[in-house]
Amino acid sequence: MTANPKQVLDAMTPVPFAITKRTQDLADTFTIELEPENRSEGFVFQPGQFNMLYAFGVGEVPISISGDPAKPHKLIHTIRDVGAVTHAISNLKKGDMLGVRGPFGSAWPVEEATGHDVVIVAGGIGLAPLRPAIDAILANRTQYGRFVILYGARSPADVLYRKQLQTWRGRLDTYVDVTVDHAGHDWAGNVGVVTRLIGRANFDPHHTKVLICGPEIMMRFTIQELATQGVDKDDIYVSMERNMKCAIGHCGHCQFGGHFVCKDGPVFPYGRIESLLQVRGL
Amino acid sequence: MVKVEGLDKLLADHPFFKGMDDTSRRTLAGCARNERFLAGEYIAHEGSPADRFYFIRSGTVALEYHVPGRDGLILETLHDGDVFGWSWMVEPYLWSNDIRAVELTRVFSLDATCLRKKLKKDNALGFDLYSRFVPVMARRLSSTRQQLTDMYGKS
Repeated sequence: MTANPKQVLDAMTPVPFAITKRTQDLADTFTIELEPENRSEGFVFQPGQFNMLYAFGVGEVPISISGDPAKPHKLIHTIRDVGAVTHAISNLKKGDMLGVRGPFGSAWPVEEATGHDVVIVAGGIGLAPLRPAIDAILANRTQYGRFVILYGARSPADVLYRKQLQTWRGRLDTYVDVTVDHAGHDWAGNVGVVTRLIGRANFDPHHTKVLICGPEIMMRFTIQELATQGVDKDDIYVSMERNMKCAIGHCGHCQFGGHFVCKDGPVFPYGRIESLLQVRGL
Repeated sequence: MVKVEGLDKLLADHPFFKGMDDTSRRTLAGCARNERFLAGEYIAHEGSPADRFYFIRSGTVALEYHVPGRDGLILETLHDGDVFGWSWMVEPYLWSNDIRAVELTRVFSLDATCLRKKLKKDNALGFDLYSRFVPVMARRLSSTRQQLTDMYGKS
């Protein structure tokens, strides 16, 4: 816990960032690039961490960082327009200002995964928090075994980072498989749940680290399928989403059993929270 | 005879028949035939007699619902090693949806009428076959339920 009053104050004070680029990814999802002022080192973060974004006069929301950790001078967030704050951010344009606190939280086990196969399983906008991990792994591709990216979306129109998925698929050292829940004849790809992609991804279940991010129901079924394939629960990592407010483990809004998702998470080894995921209403 | 032996090999290579004894597999091979479908070709239509069921050797098929005035709505795609067409087991033995080859697809199929006759005489084989089909159906049902939750929608 952050005990030093100055550190707490720093962590609670939003720093103004200018929006340098805004891209509409999907009908309800957009990406903004932010440029830190007066930070020669850029905005250093680890894959999986999040920031609190403050739309001035409206409020704050926790949003995972979705940019490349090797490019700290470009802070990138992909955001779904679902509430008052994200809607206010969606209305901001290039040159507008945004308050940023962070980075906060735990990271994907990119270092620990070296020497293993790595399987990324993402659902919907869950691909955004995983993209920094994908970038980090691809930047050191030879350090890993088979690299698998499995992605599920609602429909072809909801496939996030479509061009980047195509680029990753075009590499000769990365296996990418995408599925959607529903589609028409203009879609020649997979239709069905993302768990159906796991069985044919051809990784070594006994030497694999799996990183999962998506709706909790999707993560639950994914974990069941991974267990069927023989993956140990200690090799599975999930990113949890709860009502994060202070982001430093003080306010308790994001308490999850004995954990604070903002401070102990959002990335957890599945074995650590397995029992909590079965508690109704938690 | 040569043809049956060739089909027996196809059955032996398909994951659905993994662990099945040789005698049972040869019995089933007597009802089997090898088929291929071109991309876009319909293998079955909703409401038509489910007189065959299929085992994908290579390729992709789409399970679809026909929607008036537009292209079919794809419910699921199936690939190498998958099975489709369990309507042959359930009266009135009619296909419950359309099946379309998405790409060149090689399958072998079993004649349901031939098979139903054999299974009436050989209950052990019937039990074995049903025991293999039930997990396929359960998995398909679970997938459908997950899709129904619209889990990627706005919560």
